[in-house]
Amino acid sequence: MSTPDIDWSADVFREMKARNISTICTVPDGGLTRLLNMIETDKGLRLVTLSTEEEGMGIATGCWLGGGRAMIAMQSSGVGNCINALGLPTAFRAPCLMLVTMRGHWGEFNPWQVPMGQGTRPALEAVGVKCFPVDKPEEVGETFVAAADMAFNSRVSAAVLVSQRIIGAKGFGQK
Amino acid sequence: MSTASNRLPRRPLVSELLKRRGRSLIVRGLGSPTWDCFAAGDSPEYLYSWGGMGLAVPTALGVAIAQPRRRVVCVTGDGELLMGIGCLGVVGDQAPANLGILVLDNEKFGETGRQRGLTSNRTDIAAVAQGFGIAKTMTVTEQGAIPDLAKLLFETPGPVLAVAKIAITEDAWALPEKDGATIGHRFREALGVGGV
Repeated sequence: MSTPDIDWSADVFREMKARNISTICTVPDGGLTRLLNMIETDKGLRLVTLSTEEEGMGIATGCWLGGGRAMIAMQSSGVGNCINALGLPTAFRAPCLMLVTMRGHWGEFNPWQVPMGQGTRPALEAVGVKCFPVDKPEEVGETFVAAADMAFNSRVSAAVLVSQRIIGAKGFGQK
Repeated sequence: MSTASNRLPRRPLVSELLKRRGRSLIVRGLGSPTWDCFAAGDSPEYLYSWGGMGLAVPTALGVAIAQPRRRVVCVTGDGELLMGIGCLGVVGDQAPANLGILVLDNEKFGETGRQRGLTSNRTDIAAVAQGFGIAKTMTVTEQGAIPDLAKLLFETPGPVLAVAKIAITEDAWALPEKDGATIGHRFREALGVGGV
C-alpha cells in the first residue's frame, strides 16, 4: 500500500504537465483514480475516456502526427487489448507512452485477473514495447520521467508498470 | 440496404470529394480507402495507412485534437470501422467540431476476397453513429448527392458521419508509400510540426 506521505499520482501529474502531455486517454482503473481526478479538473488537459484501450494507440499516434503529445493510462488487463494496435505507433515511428497499473500479481483476490496480469510484460515486450516496472511509490515519478523521455525523444513505445504492491490488492470487501 | 440500386463507384466518388476538401487533412483507413485516395492524387496532407485495422477513426480523432483549427476527415471502410466501432462512442463523447468521418460501405471485406460483411444484412452504421451521439449523419447512394456529402464532411460543424454505399468495382492497384515513418514525417512537415 502507498504510504500517505508519498503521492505518486501527484508526481506523475507534475512530470506529465512539465512535458506538455496534454491528452490523456484511459479506460479507468482503481489505482488511477487519484491521477484521473487531477487530470479531469485541470482545464489545460483533455481526458479522453475510451471504450477499449487500443483506441488509445490510435489517438496517441494521431496526436503526435498532429504535433501534440498524448498518453494512455490503463489497467494491466487492458494491455491485452492493445497488442495488435501497438503496431500502429511502431509503423509511424511515433511515441506511445503508457501508464499501466498492475493486477494479477501482489496478493490478487480475483483469479480472472491473473493470466493477463502475469502476461502483461512478456506480451508488451513481444511487440517491442520498452517496459519500466516500478514497485516503490517514491520511484514512480522518476520512472515515469525515464519512460516518457525515452518514448518522446527516441520515438518508441514505453510502458510504466506500477506494481500492485503500490496500489494494493482490491479486497472485494473480504478480509 | 443490400438491395440499394444506385451503388456508387468508389474511385470517382473519392476523387470528386477530394477536389472539394479545401485544407482538410485526410486520414485514411487501411486498404482500399488508402488506394482510392492515392489514385485521386497525392498530397502530404493525406495520412495513408497499411495497417492498424480499427484505428482509423481514433487516429483521425488524435489529429483533430492536436490540430483544432484544421478540419480532419477520416475515410475508411465498413469492416475497418466495425472492428473498433466503440470509437464512435469516444467521438460522440469528445464531440470534436473539426472531425468528419466517411465510411465507404461495400458490405464486404474487400481486401481479403470480398467475403460478406456485417452491413450486408441489417447493420446500419449511420444508425449506430446516431446511437453513439453523432447527431449529423447521412447515407448516400447516388452520385448526385456528392455536393451535399462534401458539405457535410468538410464544412458542417462536427462530429459528422456519412455512409456511402459503394459498388464492387475492379480498380487498378494504386499503392502509395508504405513506410510509416516517411508518411508520418511528411504529414508533420506539412503541418509545420516536424523536427525533434
